[in-house]
Amino acid sequence: MDYFLYLTQMCGIFIILAVGLNLINGMCGQFSLGHAGFWAIGAYTSAAFTVFVAPPLPGFIVLFIGCIIGFITAGIAGLIIGVPCLRLKGDYLAIATLGFGEIIRIVIMNMNSVGGPRGFTGIPQLSNLFWVYLWVVITIVVIANIVRGTHGRAIISIREDEIAAESMGINTFRYKTLAFCVGAGFAGVAGALFSHTTQFISPTNFTFMWSVIILLMIILGGMGSITGAVVGAIILTILPELLRFFGDTVSQWRMVIYSVILILLMMIRPTGLFGKHEFNPLKFLKLGGKS
Amino acid sequence: MDSHVSYFFWDLLNYLINGLTQGSIYALVALGYTMVFGIIKLINFAHGEFFMIGAFIGYYCILSGMPFALAMPVAMIGSGIVAVIIERIVYRPIRHAGRIPALITALGISLFFQYAGQMIIGADPKAFPSSIENKTYQLGEVYFSTSQILIVTSSLILMLFLYWLVNFTKMGKAMRATSYNMKAAELMGIDTNKIISFTFFVGAAFAGAAGVLVGLHYGTVDPMMGMIPGLKAFVAAVLGGIGIIPGAVLGGLVLGVAENLVVGFWMATYRDAIAFTILIIILLFKPSGLLGVNRREKV
Repeated sequence: MDYFLYLTQMCGIFIILAVGLNLINGMCGQFSLGHAGFWAIGAYTSAAFTVFVAPPLPGFIVLFIGCIIGFITAGIAGLIIGVPCLRLKGDYLAIATLGFGEIIRIVIMNMNSVGGPRGFTGIPQLSNLFWVYLWVVITIVVIANIVRGTHGRAIISIREDEIAAESMGINTFRYKTLAFCVGAGFAGVAGALFSHTTQFISPTNFTFMWSVIILLMIILGGMGSITGAVVGAIILTILPELLRFFGDTVSQWRMVIYSVILILLMMIRPTGLFGKHEFNPLKFLKLGGKS
Repeated sequence: MDSHVSYFFWDLLNYLINGLTQGSIYALVALGYTMVFGIIKLINFAHGEFFMIGAFIGYYCILSGMPFALAMPVAMIGSGIVAVIIERIVYRPIRHAGRIPALITALGISLFFQYAGQMIIGADPKAFPSSIENKTYQLGEVYFSTSQILIVTSSLILMLFLYWLVNFTKMGKAMRATSYNMKAAELMGIDTNKIISFTFFVGAAFAGAAGVLVGLHYGTVDPMMGMIPGLKAFVAAVLGGIGIIPGAVLGGLVLGVAENLVVGFWMATYRDAIAFTILIIILLFKPSGLLGVNRREKV
């Protein structure tokens, strides 16, 4: 039972990560490969907060403050990285964010106060299913509202054509930075929840491979679709666990299977399962209703 | 005081020699990156994996009793053929889908080779058989080994070969034409698909040679060995100006020397961070690289 609880919590954490990355990659069209870095920043700062400086308050308040701290620090890191990097385009941006993600990890590895390469132990288990899914709801509501509002139109116009958006008077740099900071901030929240779920974090949790897996989630679901990101996150969190039932060999080939899925998706359906469409369960139930 | 200064001087020379060795490896791998990018504007993330495949082909050749002088060309041809197959099956169908899908596919291929390699060969590092006599020479307080001489000379020979190939042969002329303007080259009767395959072959063969040399020098090979050198070679290619062949060599050497100097004189634990820091600084201040020319995007 504990195992299923843990798995459901991990699903929630990855939903937050994927929806956040979707705002940057899918909605704004800025290809970022450093999401695991922001995740790490949130995880480490919130864990450091609860372990070293937490006031004697009830656990859920400490966790909430930890999540806010994770959001703010990762958001600020997003700002620091985004302001110089977002001048770059396409694959250059991808490489620069990849570089920053790795630098964050190497810096953490060299910080002895948070355990360095040995990892950070002794984090209290404050998070539970309720708090994880409360944050999932907050993330989705906030990002869906950003996307549907004026800011969202501006952000989507940057994805469609940056030069055209700029000539229509949109401050592209401002909106790119906004999307980048909000996405990074929610990765920080996911980090805070992650560290207080697993109680142990180490720099190996946040390698470049995890950035790729989060990216794979939103590609699978469809870049630019929030529901797609949610579905992609759930599938890719459950899939490796399901593969265990087929024996050890299949489970060990998990990463090979992932990479083949990734390649085939790009060749056959590069838009992902949902494309840019949203799946609205309320509309689906009222069959034939106006969309 | 005087001996202090002379120690510093000898240390500096040693780091420079190590940097030059590592830099030639980076340069060999970076050449493939830059050639592929120059022709189809694809950042071939899987390039580091051709380096790994070359190292393993060399490993098995030498295990089966081949002399080193034969194992290296076999490894080059082998990894070249793998690259051509990958290009034919995967990259060619998605070439027109845009740059981001191509980049993601390249990432997928890179992961595929890394993890398939771990499953098939095993994740543990294998001891590379020492097929040549590795002596250490001393000149004053400067030390260097046979394998270092071998790395520097063979990369020099390969680079001269590439220079000849690109500038003085018909194939090279076709390659330059394709990278300058693919459509126009096609209209002039150049079979661009063939040229692209050939470019992949040459690039991967160079990476394979680098893999064998690294295996010989460091003594171990493992399936994940391609990832970090691959990323760093990409940094080297960007540093010199991606798409520019002499730039890749310059970038590789600069990166190798810079890395060794920082590791030697400052902090060894930050080794991998240096390359990325250099990359970001270059991208921010001179995105076209050391030898590149800046072009503004027009509508």
